[in-house]
Amino acid sequence: MPDKEKKQGTSISRRSFLKGVGTGTVAATVAPSVLIGGEKAADAQEGDAVASATIQLNINGKPYQVEVEARTTLLTVLRDGIDTSGNNVDLTGAKLICDRGECGGCTVMVDGKPVYACMMLAMDAQDTQITTVEGLADGDDLHPVQEAFIQHDALMCGFCTPGFVVSSAALLSENTKPTLEEIKVGLSGNTCRCGTYPFIFDAVKTASKKM
Amino acid sequence: MEKFSYVNATSLEQVTALLSDSGWGEVMLIAGGTDLLAELKEYVETPKTLVNLKTLPGMDAIEADASGLKIGALATVADIARHPTIQQHYTVLAQAAGSVATPQIRNVGTLGGNLCQRPRCWYYRDESTDCLKKGGDICYAVDGLSKYHAILGGDPVYIVHPSDIAPALIALGASLKIVGPEGEKTMSLEEFFTLPAANPFRENVLEPNEIVVEVQVPPAKPNTKSFYLKAREKGAPDFALASVAGVFEMDGKTCKSASVVLGGVAPAPWRSKEAEAALTGKMVDDTVSKQAGADAVKDAQPLNDNAYKVTLTQNLISRAAMMAAS
Ligand SMILES: Cc1cc2nc3c(=O)[nH]c(=O)nc-3n(C[C@@H](O)[C@@H](O)[C@H](O)COP(=O)(O)OP(=O)(O)OC[C@H]3O[C@@H](n4cnc5c(N)ncnc54)[C@H](O)[C@@H]3O)c2cc1C
Ligand code: SF4
Ligand code: FES
Ligand code: FES
Repeated sequence: MPDKEKKQGTSISRRSFLKGVGTGTVAATVAPSVLIGGEKAADAQEGDAVASATIQLNINGKPYQVEVEARTTLLTVLRDGIDTSGNNVDLTGAKLICDRGECGGCTVMVDGKPVYACMMLAMDAQDTQITTVEGLADGDDLHPVQEAFIQHDALMCGFCTPGFVVSSAALLSENTKPTLEEIKVGLSGNTCRCGTYPFIFDAVKTASKKM
Repeated sequence: MEKFSYVNATSLEQVTALLSDSGWGEVMLIAGGTDLLAELKEYVETPKTLVNLKTLPGMDAIEADASGLKIGALATVADIARHPTIQQHYTVLAQAAGSVATPQIRNVGTLGGNLCQRPRCWYYRDESTDCLKKGGDICYAVDGLSKYHAILGGDPVYIVHPSDIAPALIALGASLKIVGPEGEKTMSLEEFFTLPAANPFRENVLEPNEIVVEVQVPPAKPNTKSFYLKAREKGAPDFALASVAGVFEMDGKTCKSASVVLGGVAPAPWRSKEAEAALTGKMVDDTVSKQAGADAVKDAQPLNDNAYKVTLTQNLISRAAMMAAS
């Protein structure tokens, strides 16, 4: 997969940003972490440096063999990964939004704890149990948090929703009866630009009654 | 991110051997990666090799007993924040850890990474800006946008140290265990951090071939109250605009000793000897606490956009002192 480069604007004028400088450009480039390509360390031993490797990830209870570069993030594997049999991993519930650990759109659980998949290297996710939003429902039975989000209409555009649902489920698995304050802290790593917070907090309250 | 190779650490000797001679930037350490990966994504750093410390066994332990606290460099920020003994006897530390970033980052970010994290200055984090810290000629914050920069100890580089945990640990008198090619050494955490006048390029005295392995905190004194007060721009998770880590040994309303360390206002965690002197031996009341705040910022030199930090710091200090007396 080729490097995708995206120009990102800054909200302040270049002149005021670089006051006192003669030259220099400010536009930051954001390259989403790349999947495969490049030299491969054959038969790497423990303690050897590897540029890429075939790893196994346990996602939603299912093993996936994927070839990754050292720089590939967990989020890239979930969304764009192809397993060694040529099937797309295709777990696009976790969203790529800021790619900097600032928005929560990519939240997944690693060993039951919420983490940002954009800020974790895929290689570091080996030997863990990864749960994405796709893994919360039990067949056709939605997770109580998912049901409550529907009941409370806790979304507008829905882009942040998978991240909020995973954070909420993680919170309730640790603390089945959170107070409003605890809900706010538990969800403080997720951002909703549509401002649906009050509905989300209500949904978590409702879901907590079923935990 | 540029390509790099990845090595899972197997022993401290192996890590120091991998680091030695390469200087800064070729071979880099990664713990939780919550700070480092952002630097790589912005091309601020382009290492050839990353050494993954997380595979080092036993380095994430937290031990609390009568001799104090020992926290391994790989302990997560979340583990520190929710540790019952830390919450009870080292409150300032639990509060500081609990104020770091978001649950997702606290679950992954480590103590060692928190202490060694790099500045958040927007010029530093911008790939194409070659500021003084990165070996260029000037600190752009001086004439540019300086809302989040230093009011104390700046010259010639006006970053603020971003760590919330460091001020709390320094206020508690913590020391740091470091391992290098020549073996192990221990130093006070306060001396670990440096000001830009001594070295504009780094924030601490760690050598490129050394690793932080453990933090030690002496036992909490009886009758001690401690707090971490952190001012943020909004109600949401963020770095500190200014923060105060205060440890106060109290006899009723009288302050027998005070340890006051500021975050978010200087290139290193900033011990305010002035505030400590203004409180020590005094009956803490409104006047005394306000004086402590005023004394702490009397040498402050704000830049164009950050004079608000002077008032903020002053008020946080007096609030912490009043909390100790109540
Ligand atoms: C959105 C966001 C918000 C944040 N908010 C806060 C905040 O409010 N307060 C705060 O304090 N921090 C904040 N942080 C910074 C956060 O990255 C740190 O708190 C975290 O603890 C870093 O730990 P890490 O293990 O992920 O570090 P890493 O990213 O793995 O490492 C950071 C640096 O330390 C070096 N390093 C790591 N471990 C060691 C070691 N044992 N010895 C020597 N060098 C080492 C690495 O080489 C690297 O240069 C925030 C980060 C983000 C992305
Ligand atoms: S504050 Fe430091 S990092 Fe920021 S522009 Fe000045 S020299 Fe560079
Ligand atoms: S995409 Fe990971 S936190 Fe925003
Ligand atoms: S529903 Fe649109 S961002 Fe949250």
